[in-house]
Amino acid sequence: MESVLGRYRNLTILVGILFLQVLGLAVQVKRSSENESTRLIRIWAVNTITPFEKGIVWAQHSSSNLWHNYFYLRGVRQENRDLKQKIQQMEIERARLSEDANQARRLQALLGFKEQFIAQTVAAQVIGSSGSEQSRSVYIDKGSNAGLKSDMAVITGDGVVGKTLLVSRSVSQVLLIDDQTSGVGAILEKSRLQGILRGTPAGEIVLEKVMSDEPVQPGEKVLTSGGDRIFPKGLPVGTVTRVSPGSELFLNIRVKPAADLSRLEEVLVITQQEEEEPVASETEPLRAADILAERLPAVPAKPAADVSKQATGTPAATTGAKPAPGASISPQVTKPAEGNVPKVVNTAAPKPNTPATGTSQKAAAAPGKTSRNSANAAADNPPSTTPQSQPQPPASQAPPAQDTPH
Amino acid sequence: MPITYTSKEQVEVYRFSAAAAILIPLIALFLQAFIPLRLHFFSIFDLPLLVVIFFAVARRSQVSGMLTGAVIGLLQDSLTHQPIGIYGIAKTVVGHGASSLGVKLDVENAGSRFLVTLFFYVVHEVVYFAVARGLVGLTLQWSWPHELGSALANAIVAVPLFALLDKFKQRA
Repeated sequence: MESVLGRYRNLTILVGILFLQVLGLAVQVKRSSENESTRLIRIWAVNTITPFEKGIVWAQHSSSNLWHNYFYLRGVRQENRDLKQKIQQMEIERARLSEDANQARRLQALLGFKEQFIAQTVAAQVIGSSGSEQSRSVYIDKGSNAGLKSDMAVITGDGVVGKTLLVSRSVSQVLLIDDQTSGVGAILEKSRLQGILRGTPAGEIVLEKVMSDEPVQPGEKVLTSGGDRIFPKGLPVGTVTRVSPGSELFLNIRVKPAADLSRLEEVLVITQQEEEEPVASETEPLRAADILAERLPAVPAKPAADVSKQATGTPAATTGAKPAPGASISPQVTKPAEGNVPKVVNTAAPKPNTPATGTSQKAAAAPGKTSRNSANAAADNPPSTTPQSQPQPPASQAPPAQDTPH
Repeated sequence: MPITYTSKEQVEVYRFSAAAAILIPLIALFLQAFIPLRLHFFSIFDLPLLVVIFFAVARRSQVSGMLTGAVIGLLQDSLTHQPIGIYGIAKTVVGHGASSLGVKLDVENAGSRFLVTLFFYVVHEVVYFAVARGLVGLTLQWSWPHELGSALANAIVAVPLFALLDKFKQRA
């Protein structure tokens, strides 16, 4: 026996090593919580590799920021002008949309619907990938220290990216939506057909479980349905690129992801979602014309005393009143309780009828809309005693959340 | 020190310093995980596999080749979200095969390195797919054009890479 083993020593070792690995595989496949059983070795490997990746990404961004923020500022003024124009156009568009949104909220409140809000997000930087074509996942530089857990939605401003899988202290693994083991509850924007979004071995994304007799057109947008309890409803996932008959009476729908999964740099992890019934706005919506009126040439600056009078209830006949120097209070136009004269309201003054929705901490699940946690929001939106320097929409018209520029 | 003779020609056995033996696989794993973020097409390359082939052929020891393949493969598995062992098994087989070949043939010149890498890349993929589909139950699709293209790309990269890694060789 010993001579046989000695003669075939290398072969015996090969069989032994392979047997051990097959045994390990079998144990992992049998256990449902495979991540737990191999958690330690994964963490060791990840912690060995990711510090280098973090260092390189940090150096890369630092040099890039130095160049773009301090040296290469060509065309910034023109870009600033263009952006200001764009903001004005968007303000008008927002006023129109918020009217529709308020109406929808009123109807939802009447019907007792619940809305999902992105209550809190964490920005993270992509630092590495699995390096394998068969495992489409990336690593981000935030972990349980930043409040991340497994099965949290990961998004960008363009759309859904994936969900967190393995979360260690400072690093997390994110399973991309084009991986074949991923699954996202999705809904077609126009036809409202629901299906499951999965990755293919070739790295494409398909929408499954849509019956073949349903009319689906290329170009239609695909949104999250919220049914998977991971991704909030209404986030953009992608666009239908090809529809063909599939197997078992289902359509084969190819989807191009909204987020560029091959060039991920920064992502947002949704760490907290809230679900609550919408509260209909009690004040009437702001019209686009009101916004235009607000932008008309303003009257000369008024003393701070006048402003305080207005805040205590003295009717003001003008709009666009300028605040006292240093106070920089922006006017807001709201419908007065009596009469038809618009009243200038100090945003610094308390708003008695501010509805629950429309606070700065909640964001409706909309593309690229994110919100901060209450601490951050409070930091950016100081209490009402602090004058604000930026024009603020009225409480009833405020967007569901403050966008977090990451 | 074992010296193997093949066709009356002496085949040299090389060894590597501990630093090179540890750092080269780690750098390969790091590059494999990092570069695809910036250059997406880079994921068709398998730098850890090239390192396994290089070490196995240079050391000409089957046990060493197997162990190198197993360790690098398991580390590579750890970076994916799939069960650990698929790459481990595939690279163990490649490590054994490449070192066996290195014992019998002179694979030091560019042409033979190209062919060896081409062959073992395909072997690696076949074993990987067999394990992933047969043992783990993953639904992978085999595409000959893709696999042959990747094998060719890896073989082309292997020639200059092996020439670079030759600088770390030490005669045993």
